[in-house]
Amino acid sequence: MTLTAILVVAAALFGIGLFGALSQKSFVMLMMGLELMLNGTLLAAVGFWAFTLEGAPKGQLLAILVMAVMAVELAIGFALVVAVYRKRQADVVESLGTLKQ
Amino acid sequence: MTDIAFYALSALAIWSGWRVFRVDSMIRATFALMVSFICVGGIALLMSADYIGIATVFMMAVEMMVMGLFMVMFMMNPAGLNPMQMVHQHRFSIGAGIAAFIGLTVAVLATNLPNNPLPAGRDTLHDLGVELLGGSMLIFETAGVTLLATMVGAVVLSSRPGRFGDSDAGAVPPGLQPGGQPAGRKVEKSGGHGGHGGDSSYDMNMKGAPKSDDAPHKRHGKMPEEES
Repeated sequence: MTLTAILVVAAALFGIGLFGALSQKSFVMLMMGLELMLNGTLLAAVGFWAFTLEGAPKGQLLAILVMAVMAVELAIGFALVVAVYRKRQADVVESLGTLKQ
Repeated sequence: MTDIAFYALSALAIWSGWRVFRVDSMIRATFALMVSFICVGGIALLMSADYIGIATVFMMAVEMMVMGLFMVMFMMNPAGLNPMQMVHQHRFSIGAGIAAFIGLTVAVLATNLPNNPLPAGRDTLHDLGVELLGGSMLIFETAGVTLLATMVGAVVLSSRPGRFGDSDAGAVPPGLQPGGQPAGRKVEKSGGHGGHGGDSSYDMNMKGAPKSDDAPHKRHGKMPEEES
């Protein structure tokens, strides 16, 4: 288990997440892509902490911030999905061609 | 031993992450994403980031339950009973994903990464606790306040606009005349699974005016600027 291997795994997760976020039509699946990208980011953050900082505890704060970002993204994302669905009955990306009307 | 566990968890994390966008059933996709997160939490445990790993597992288990619920609510095909294609710009997305992976991998391999691994026997959990409630308390509390603001924002976004707006959802107001049609919001009959955003939004904008009765529009609320 080396830092390089961990970062490659994180890059793979990020790439898959990017593919999902770009390709999925449904809002919820799109958010799953974003979550997967954040998953890779979290892994990279923990990997950097474990292998480059000699265990300085400040390094884990970045991972905690990434987790907070995940929670924020999920909550606000679902709230936005609900709001958009109420307003326009839309649940796929194509339904939102314009910002207004 | 650690290496074997790491490679197994990595393979499972990547495989389940890939399965997320390949299964037909949305619930299976949700659980695949959860498996991916749990594997990353396990890798964090292997790297003796105990707090991060366990918190990831707990948080993601709950998050994926919520996500599964929303899947059932919003997806046209939550059970995956019939195969369907729900992707757009497929080739471009595959290209972007592969380009991101290759680019990041090349960057990782080309970088001369520092090597100061965790000293054996260091009590990382104790250190992290002291750090969180000591020197870095401001960062930790900022995350807490951010989450609080997120809760408020989520409630604001997902609730009806307020008592001057569409707060009468689900209620059946009395008729403007005895025995008449209920006043107010018309229920959308067209239903919305995708693909007709412009038309339905136009329909919904028309919902404010009572159509079936000629009594004056006495309902409080419906401020004009919220009709857009």
